[in-house]
Amino acid sequence: MYVAVKGGERAINNAHAWLAEERRGDPSVAELSVAQIREQLSLAVNRVMAEGSLYDPDLAALAIKQARGDLIEAIFLVRAYRTTLPRFGASRPVDTAAMACDRRISATFKDLPGGQVLGPTFDYTHRLLDFKLAAEGEAPNAPERDTTAEPVPHVTGFLNREGLIEQAPQDDTTPPDLTREPLELPADRALRLQALTRADEGFTLSMAYSTQRGYARNHAFVGELRIGTVPVEMEIPELGFAIEIGEMVLTECETVNQFKGSKTEPPQFTRGYGLVFGQTERKAISMALVDRALRWEELGEDNVGAPAQDAEFVLYHSDNIQATGFLEHIKLPHYVDFQSELELVRKLRREVEASDRREAAE
Amino acid sequence: MADPEAPRKAWMGLMARAPEGRVSALLDRASPRPAFTWLRAPEVGSAMVRGRAGGTGAPFNLGEMTVTRCALTLDSGETGHAYVQGRRKADAEAAALVDALMQTDAADDLRRKVLDPLEAEAKARTSARAAKAAATKVDFFTMVRGDD
Repeated sequence: MYVAVKGGERAINNAHAWLAEERRGDPSVAELSVAQIREQLSLAVNRVMAEGSLYDPDLAALAIKQARGDLIEAIFLVRAYRTTLPRFGASRPVDTAAMACDRRISATFKDLPGGQVLGPTFDYTHRLLDFKLAAEGEAPNAPERDTTAEPVPHVTGFLNREGLIEQAPQDDTTPPDLTREPLELPADRALRLQALTRADEGFTLSMAYSTQRGYARNHAFVGELRIGTVPVEMEIPELGFAIEIGEMVLTECETVNQFKGSKTEPPQFTRGYGLVFGQTERKAISMALVDRALRWEELGEDNVGAPAQDAEFVLYHSDNIQATGFLEHIKLPHYVDFQSELELVRKLRREVEASDRREAAE
Repeated sequence: MADPEAPRKAWMGLMARAPEGRVSALLDRASPRPAFTWLRAPEVGSAMVRGRAGGTGAPFNLGEMTVTRCALTLDSGETGHAYVQGRRKADAEAAALVDALMQTDAADDLRRKVLDPLEAEAKARTSARAAKAAATKVDFFTMVRGDD
C-alpha cells in the first residue's frame, strides 16, 4: 500500500548533489568524456545498447557515465529515453548474409568459404593483467592484409544442401512487438527472440549454461558466429521507396543441434538463433542456446521440466529492468504495509501467549 | 530494368551513414546554402530494426535505432528529404539540402565536392576494417607426422 507523505525534500536534493560529486570522483583525476567511454569501453556500450534495446553508441556512453558504470542503471536510462522517441517506422529485416564481417568463426567446419576470421577477440589471450595499460602508451596498430572480395555464406546453408538441417524458410508476417503489446503467453518464436535479444546477459548466460549441464541438454555446436556491420534499410512512405537509414554492428550466432527426430520430424540437425546489437558474443551464443531449448514444443520434443524449456519462467524473468524495478521497489517506504504486518504479528503473538497460559493453567 | 531511383537511394544512404558533421562541412565547402522553407523541421525519433530467425526465416523485432529526419523545399521548388542515423539535426538539414540540390543544375558540382568524397571515405573505412579482419584469418596447415 502506498500513502503519499511529505518531507525529505532537502535530504533528497542533498543526496543528489552528493551523488553528482561521487560520480565525478577525485577532481584531481581527469574527467571521463562521453567519447572516451564510447571508444574505450565499447563492449559496455554494446551491452547497454543491446539490453536498452536502442542502438545509439553516444547515448549508451552518456548513460554509462551518468550511472557511474552501473550498467543496469544505464540500461534503465536508455529504456526511459527510448519511450520518449516517436517511431518513424520499422526496417526491412537486416541481411546478415551480407554482413561486412570483423569476425566469423565456425566450430563445425574447419575449411569453409570465407574462412575462419578471428577478429578482435579475447579468445587466445592468457587472461594475465597487462600492466602496460596502466601507463600511457602509443596507440597500437593492427596489421592488415590484402582482401579478396570473397562471399561469406552462412554455414547452415551448406548443411541445407544435404537436407540434414531444419530449414528456415522466408516469411514476411509482421512480427509481434513487446514494446507495444504486453508480453503474453503462449509467445511465438518471433516474440521470444525479441525478448531474448534484450534480455539480461547474466540471466541468459545462466539459462544457456543450465542446458549445457543437462537441464534440457540440446547438444549445441556453434555452427557459426559472426560479428560485423550491416546496413539498415527502411521504406520511406513519402518517397515511395526504401533507403539505407544507417548501419550497425551485430553479433549473430547460429547453433547446430543434434536431433534424433520426433513423431513429426526426421533425424536431422536443428537450429538455435542469436542476434544481438553490437559486439556481444557471450550474449548471442547464450541466446541461441536458450532459443533452441524453448523450441521443444514445435520440434515435438519432451518437456523434461527444465527451467530453460519453461517459456513463462524464462521470458518473465529475463528483463533486468522489470526485475530490478520490482526488486528495488521493496526498499522504498512501505511504512503502512509494515505497520499492518506488525499489528498482525502482535495479535498472533497475543493469541499464542493466551492459549499457552490456558494450557499451563489446565 | 535499372532502378531509376537508384542514384538517389545511394546518396541518401551515403549521407545517412556519414560521420557527424561531415555532410555539413562538405556542403559548406562546396556552395553557399540556398534559401529554403521547412516541410518538416528536423525531428529525432526511432526506427524498429528487424532481423530474421535463423538469418533467413520469419522476421522479429531486434530493437530500435535513433534516426533524425526532415524535409524542405528550396525556393527554386525542389524538395529534399533526409533520414540520418543518430540524433543529428544539423546533419539532417545538410543532407536534405544536398538531396534537393542534387535535383538542380548544381548536381554535378555537388557530386564531385560532397558525394564522391563521402563515398571514398566510407570505402576507406570499410576496407581498412576488412584488411584488419583478413589479417586475422587462420591459415591452417597440417603438421608433418613423425613415422620413425
